[in-house]
Amino acid sequence: MHTFYRIGWRGKATRHIISIGDFDRRQIDRLLDNAKRIDAQKFDKNALFGKILATLFFEPSTRTRMSFEAAMARLGGTSLSVGSVEACSMAKGETLADTVRVVSGYADAIVIRHPKEGAARLAAQFATVPVINAGDGAGQHPSQTLLDLYTIRQSMKLDEINVALVGDLRYGRTAHSLASALSLYGANLHTVSPKGLELPASLLAELTGKGMRVTDYNSIGDAIPEVDVIYVTRIQRERFPDSASYFDVTSSYRITPETLANAREHAIVLHPLPRVDEIDPRVDSLPHAKYFNQSRNGVPVRMAMLQQVMQ
Amino acid sequence: MKRAESEGGEGGNAEKGENEGLLVRRIRSGTVIDHIAAGEALNVVKILGITGTTTEALSIATNVPSGQMGKKDIVKLNNRELSKQEVDRIALISPHATINIIRNFKVCEKKGVEIPDVVEGLVRCPNPGCITNTNEPIASRFSVTGKGLRCAYCDWIIGHDITSYIL
Ligand SMILES: [Zn+2]
Repeated sequence: MHTFYRIGWRGKATRHIISIGDFDRRQIDRLLDNAKRIDAQKFDKNALFGKILATLFFEPSTRTRMSFEAAMARLGGTSLSVGSVEACSMAKGETLADTVRVVSGYADAIVIRHPKEGAARLAAQFATVPVINAGDGAGQHPSQTLLDLYTIRQSMKLDEINVALVGDLRYGRTAHSLASALSLYGANLHTVSPKGLELPASLLAELTGKGMRVTDYNSIGDAIPEVDVIYVTRIQRERFPDSASYFDVTSSYRITPETLANAREHAIVLHPLPRVDEIDPRVDSLPHAKYFNQSRNGVPVRMAMLQQVMQ
Repeated sequence: MKRAESEGGEGGNAEKGENEGLLVRRIRSGTVIDHIAAGEALNVVKILGITGTTTEALSIATNVPSGQMGKKDIVKLNNRELSKQEVDRIALISPHATINIIRNFKVCEKKGVEIPDVVEGLVRCPNPGCITNTNEPIASRFSVTGKGLRCAYCDWIIGHDITSYIL
């Protein structure tokens, strides 16, 4: 049934979803259009009836897993859920290649989360059913990027917008993938990050090489009036030598109603959640706050992804 | 196939110069890798997978004076003709190298090296978190880009020090 799959590198013909970098603009637009139709309740509630999804999580990420399972249930399908503890004992001594080959025999698609970078691409190589990457180590997490784009598109066109990336831009993979995807739409990037947590030079070179304009700011207040989207990422405590320097940094990168006073009227604030101190809870009631919509959008976007790989 | 020439060109001239007798002798058959960037000969040997345990007779000359290059290295391999795939690996560290296939003291084939699009199983990924650095049944795989080698699994890039990652 799935014999037409072949191992794909960099967006060649496959039905796996491994990296946002494998998508071109047309493919992203089509997926987001499908998610929009689903969001408007225009979808077949039995589209995936009789299909089984295996969620293979080698590290915990309860929300991502629940969101995929909710998406599968809404399309009439069922999920075989393998939690992190079980996945690890299942994999005890066994290679990921073998695990994936075995699970291919039980399910019609596999969603995988794994601590090693490149794990999803390896899984796709050995699976005989489509594989969706739900995060591999510090690597890719395409469903997050797609739902980020979807959330932006609910408020504005994606073309030539100004987007501020705020927070840990060195290790924040969601910010990296979003920046790469936005480069397909002619966006301008505005970066605000603590010293030592700047965008990696290699990524910066790649983005500017694609014609993206990237402007770096010392303070968040300077960037905010310039942008349509403020994308905030978590700054992790373990990146700092002591909690005093962590506190100094987080307080100067915190989004508050005061920092948003000069924001454009239509500007939106996004955060992949969970947040800690990056966004003041007083922001939640402002029209700029879209991070809870963003998290809710995970379901229709993942429904569109599941339909794409299984239909 | 090209008309047979005698082995030489620059390599031959260098041997006839003041270093005659000290440098490597002509070989009856095998491969002469000439015009290797000075200092890279040992890396060329490494990239070809030749170690102390392989049986080939091997001679290496380093920092040989060269009209074109100032200085160059030469590697001669007795009784082994390199395949296209092996030759192209050399391009990763020395893109101007030339390959002479020798049969009965004559150069039977002369070819340049071409940078391959993909290298498999040659270098290891420097990213400790990469799935290729585990016990999975896969060879490393890198695409060759303008910036260096890019891991097909984790996207890490090996810039210029390729040789320190050779498996
Ligand atoms: Zn790698």
